Amino acid sequence: MIADRAKPFVLPLVLVTAAEIGARASHLQSDTLAAPSEIAVALLASAVDGSLLVATRDTLLSAFAGLAIGAAIGLAAGLALGLVDTLDRALEITIEAIRPIPSVALLPIALIALGFGYRMEIAIVAFACVWPVLIFTRAAVRDVEPRLSEVARALRLTPWAKATKIVVPAALPRIFVAFRLAAGVALIVAVTVEIAVNPLGLGAAIMTAQQALQPALMLALLVWIGLVGFALNAGLVLAQRRLFGRFAPAEEPR
Amino acid sequence: MTAAVVVWRLLSFAVAAAFVALWQVVANARLVSPVFLPGPDRAWAALVRGFAGGELWAKLVGTLQHMALGWLLASAVGIVLGTLIGSSRAMRAYVAPTLEFLRPLPASAVIPVAIALFGLTQAMALSVIAFGSIWPLLLATIHGFAAVEPRLYEVARALGLSRTAVIFKIALPSASPDILAGMRLSLTVALILSVVCEMLAGLDGLGHWVLLSARAFRSADLFAGVILLGAIGTLTAQGMAAVERRVLRWRGRGH
Repeated sequence: MIADRAKPFVLPLVLVTAAEIGARASHLQSDTLAAPSEIAVALLASAVDGSLLVATRDTLLSAFAGLAIGAAIGLAAGLALGLVDTLDRALEITIEAIRPIPSVALLPIALIALGFGYRMEIAIVAFACVWPVLIFTRAAVRDVEPRLSEVARALRLTPWAKATKIVVPAALPRIFVAFRLAAGVALIVAVTVEIAVNPLGLGAAIMTAQQALQPALMLALLVWIGLVGFALNAGLVLAQRRLFGRFAPAEEPR
Repeated sequence: MTAAVVVWRLLSFAVAAAFVALWQVVANARLVSPVFLPGPDRAWAALVRGFAGGELWAKLVGTLQHMALGWLLASAVGIVLGTLIGSSRAMRAYVAPTLEFLRPLPASAVIPVAIALFGLTQAMALSVIAFGSIWPLLLATIHGFAAVEPRLYEVARALGLSRTAVIFKIALPSASPDILAGMRLSLTVALILSVVCEMLAGLDGLGHWVLLSARAFRSADLFAGVILLGAIGTLTAQGMAAVERRVLRWRGRGH
């Protein structure tokens, strides 16, 4: 009988062991695959020579800068649309026309307007991060307990005071969920932009490893990107539990 | 639709039209270099020209094909795998954590691996699109199976239903809202990955079209492509939402 806590680790261990045995038994010589031990060595080597850290820094810098800009715009717009119904209805068609544009489609526009580099990547990440934050914030603001609005009226709060003292604190747990989802989007978009065109960061590093026919390094970077994504998400989930505890809302669709 | 809703809709369209007019004014006044920002008139002309010449049609069909094939493959595999994993408690305990671990992995990061395996081919694009869009669906299906009301299983046991009957008569219908929501998310992922794969592999499609237009500084063609991609995103999402409402109509009653 295997203890429940060990169960999640069985499958990965079996897979890695099988891959290692398979690679050794077949004396793997390939441009596309590598044994897990070689991948681990390549990961360590690129961590030691610093290239991994530089690439990670570049990717996270672009992702976080874009996230900060996009989330700020999304938050402000979501608050405005959630609080002022007229504005929301008037802008509905405009927003629904822009939102479905896939963020990578803007890549060529950003490329000719801003050139290669951080700025172009940050702009695309920001565009992608606006929407989840905007949609969640708008919904969260609208769903604020109506009695709190009555309290605001009774206290004769100004619209600004109502927004900062009542609406935002009440909607904050859900806004944080939106921020966490947007952080995931930011990393995905940053890596995607780097893989597609931008010669920066982890995405460019993994493309270079592929073109240089270094499968161990390529797969090591893939594992690393997965770990970064996992760590980012796990960290934010933890922060959410710490900050909001039982007020943390369940995962929502959309 | 009540009169008020119609009025608001019209107003909303008017606001959108005003933004397009503003775009035209900005472009005409050359506040932004026309190399980067063509006016809506030039973008529209490029759109008409592209369709008249048949070239944009081919690109549009190419992108739709990549997207649809990858998404359908992901849907089929995702639902079958999700059913296999979700319908067994042991499988859920052993497999689901690994899948949750892999979920935050940016799907585009497997593109280099797919290129190494398949080269710059349609097979590469198909495998990447299917791999990327399977996650929302697979996890939603597993979750849907895990969340089936336990009493329904008791009913199944009392009726002596076989495992297959339980899956088709109880678990799948009960999980269908999760599965459809997963399919909707997958659709968006499929579009994004189609565009990226077309850019990288030079496959016939709008992704390749917009990148080539940008490289040649044909900004009107570029905007025409981006507008079409936005239209694909809107129409597929709306279509899927309509399918969801239609398929899930039975849930509105009696629950």
